Amino acid sequence: MTKVTMTVNGKSMSAETEGRTLLSSYLRDGLGLTGTHIGCDTSQCGACVVHVDGVAVKSCSVFAQDVAGASVKTIEGMANADGSLGVIQQALQDHHGLQCGFCTPGMVMTSAALLAEIPKPTEAEVRHGLEGNICRCTGYHNIVKAVMAASGQDVNALAAE
Amino acid sequence: MPKDHGIGASSKRREDVRFLTGRGVYTDDIALHGQVHAVMVRSTVAHGRIKSVGTARAAGMPGVLAVFTGEDFVAVGGNPAGWLINSRDGTPMREPKRPVLAHGKVRHVGDSYAAVVAETYEQARDAAQAISDDSEIEDLPAVVNMAAAVANAGNRVHDEIPDNVCFDWGWIEDNRASVDAAIKAAPHVTVLELVNNRLVPNAMEPRASIGEYFPGTGDYKLTTTSQNPHLTRLLVAAFVMGIPENKLQVVAPDVGGGFGSKIYHYGEEALVLAAAKKLARPVRWTAERSESFLSDAHGRDHVTRIELACEKDGTFIAFRTETLANVGAYLSNFSTATPTFLHGTLMSGPYKVPNVYVNVKTVFTNTAPVDAYRGAGRPEATYSIERVVDMMCRELGLDPFEVRRKNLLTPDQFPYQSPVGLMYDTGNYQATLDKACAMADVAGFEKRAAASKVKGKLRGMGLSTWIEACGIAPSNLVGVLGSRVGLFDAATVRVNATGNISVMVGAHSHGQGHETVFAQIVADKLGIPESSVEIVHGDTAKIPFGMGSYGSRSLSVCGTAMDKALDKIVAKGKKIAAHMLEAAEGDITFADGKFSVAGTDKAKTFGEIAFSAYVPHNYPLETLEPGLEETAFYDPANFTYPAGAYICEVEVDPDTGRVEVCSFTCADDFGNVMNPMIVDGQVHGGVGQGIGQALLENAHYDETGQLLTGSFMDYAMPRADDVPFYNVDHSCNTPCTHNPLGVKGCGEAGAIGSPPAVVNAVIDALQRGGHTHVTHIDMPVSPSRVWAAING
Repeated sequence: MTKVTMTVNGKSMSAETEGRTLLSSYLRDGLGLTGTHIGCDTSQCGACVVHVDGVAVKSCSVFAQDVAGASVKTIEGMANADGSLGVIQQALQDHHGLQCGFCTPGMVMTSAALLAEIPKPTEAEVRHGLEGNICRCTGYHNIVKAVMAASGQDVNALAAE
Repeated sequence: MPKDHGIGASSKRREDVRFLTGRGVYTDDIALHGQVHAVMVRSTVAHGRIKSVGTARAAGMPGVLAVFTGEDFVAVGGNPAGWLINSRDGTPMREPKRPVLAHGKVRHVGDSYAAVVAETYEQARDAAQAISDDSEIEDLPAVVNMAAAVANAGNRVHDEIPDNVCFDWGWIEDNRASVDAAIKAAPHVTVLELVNNRLVPNAMEPRASIGEYFPGTGDYKLTTTSQNPHLTRLLVAAFVMGIPENKLQVVAPDVGGGFGSKIYHYGEEALVLAAAKKLARPVRWTAERSESFLSDAHGRDHVTRIELACEKDGTFIAFRTETLANVGAYLSNFSTATPTFLHGTLMSGPYKVPNVYVNVKTVFTNTAPVDAYRGAGRPEATYSIERVVDMMCRELGLDPFEVRRKNLLTPDQFPYQSPVGLMYDTGNYQATLDKACAMADVAGFEKRAAASKVKGKLRGMGLSTWIEACGIAPSNLVGVLGSRVGLFDAATVRVNATGNISVMVGAHSHGQGHETVFAQIVADKLGIPESSVEIVHGDTAKIPFGMGSYGSRSLSVCGTAMDKALDKIVAKGKKIAAHMLEAAEGDITFADGKFSVAGTDKAKTFGEIAFSAYVPHNYPLETLEPGLEETAFYDPANFTYPAGAYICEVEVDPDTGRVEVCSFTCADDFGNVMNPMIVDGQVHGGVGQGIGQALLENAHYDETGQLLTGSFMDYAMPRADDVPFYNVDHSCNTPCTHNPLGVKGCGEAGAIGSPPAVVNAVIDALQRGGHTHVTHIDMPVSPSRVWAAING
């Protein structure tokens, strides 16, 4: 077992790991940060997306030991400092962009990275950007709408409700 | 002005805040002191005789605490089928035992025949691999194809069932001869053979269970990914483990989607409880997605031949179907109801059709069990009808919109006794069809088709007019039909001393938003803020015995129970008010959160009444009990009948066969709508899954019984760029006549109505594009199938 330390949501945190421990397991089991979800075993579903040094990464595709010392941001670090929902989180609630909530942490993290790269994405850009995140509940309608709303675009005319 | 509060308001979901901040608590998020980890040992072959289970090496591996095999569960019960179906000749269905762990034979890839419990997950996994390596399983020929399974008496999934048939069901058998005669005499008969493709539900949260045992009291606790904790408790306690129901607590905390797959009891739930007792430590198990693919109950998997008999003008005379329905290797809890009473009873659709006969043979195969998946039986019925109607229109040169309009039931025909046993209470099918046509701009289609042609694409439009039976279900009716359970629901409304309210409900929310919507109804009815109401669900130690959520039943059945409990609260409040205001009970009125003496300005607020109920200093105790808490159980008088019209437009690329869904329009009748935002979301999700079934998804077993689509890399889940924005409406509502909220249910509609609309659109596109030889393509309508159809 090896002790691995990284900065998670601005705090230095450590846990014992095996060489085969994935970042997703390190966060969930080692640090108790269970907001990062595991929805598959083939790095296809995106429920486990976190930011590693500012880049959106499927945390099930990285060994914890390989990112020792990195700065990691998880869903637990996405609210505003006063605890209120961040812009993307608030847009998802406002537009009913989540149902069971299981894919939601990954959707938030991927969307944040997407908007950092493309501040005002088109519908097609949002759909393309979310391709790596599977949602089984929403049919994506309200997620796409929420991400566009979070970018400051008027989404009322996007599709009749 | 849209409402901003109570019934009919798009109240934002309160549950979202915890999900958006990573503070939801799903089963696998729960860590317990002293917990240990279970891993199942699953068959890698579809069909095999277990010669030996090699546990010796595994038992000595690091961290291993216990090893279980099928032998350990021979003495306990099996996981039962919830419905007894009789064959046409009156004989009861064949019902092989479904053990906790396979014993004697393994019957599908993924069938568990052993389990390991170890200190860490990794240790348990390593030991499970060792057992897999050390066990001897004699490979037997796999039974995969249903027609072959029925024909080949020598190759048996269950040794005691020679033709692999569970039952051969006729609905309604007495009508068989008259339907045959009607078809024989009809001027036109269209015949279509189709496959309703097998699907994997794939809720994003994999199944997980934690077992605990408390030696001091002898109590068990099961935390599990369930849509119905009381049903799970009943099955585990009474049927499988043989422990008293009151010694087992079942908790379904936040559950990450179900779509049917988490209705059922699975062997892992019994395993973790047995292991927890043996080790006196919490035992946890969480499926990997690969295990979910192999062991969750799958959906659909029907092969159907449907005949539509009609007049030359398209007036329907008869529908007759023959279906082979796959139940997989074992009977999952609702597996026998899904292809029968959730399918055959819907086979007259929203139409006037006097003659209908349905024959279903359910077949055992060496594949994962098949059970209800979003829509459950009703999508299969809808798909068969709506596809054959389109095919008939093409054969006779008729307009599919006009033919449906001509055959739809009209509003004056309700209540309507269908020829397949249901009594539709209300509907206005013309209204939803008209609405959908207007929303989808059907009139402007030719212009859009011309624009597509310029791009080299073929544009098509497909329609589906559908009905479902929801609000499952009237116990007295399903009892006659073979159900072994009641399908009522229950709610307890507890008004606390300080006036806020806890409502304990038997329904379970795993994405539907009950915590918000149920609170809206309570707030509306009692004239108090929504924020004063807390909805409690998912824990048998807290809630009354309810049957959970599936079959679009939460609101129409449990919501009605809650409504009735609220009526009792108001009635009790009136008694208290009469005492406090020194008035006759009959003179007390309740409105806007106030109990008033009619015709006076004397009144008490709801909060004052609540406080008084718990501080009853001067109550006449012989006539007025303290406390303000009421429970109601509700069993519906009938199913509810949501219906609608869906229109899909696609573009087909004739060079690649790729289908793009350009627009999807839904005009639905769900009865009264409690929260429009949530109803829209339910339709979006259902349509997304329906488009997935139509174009992408397929659980494909090869001839040896290996699941070739066993991961998200092989099984094509709909992703964000596979679907369009959906255009949905639910303004054409006709309230349900037999529940006080007037609600019908909206959870399954999208998945029921959409697949035929998509396929009809694809065939329409190909026909318009000159590929007139293409009259049908089975789902999923993948690029390769479309290309082959065009070029074949």
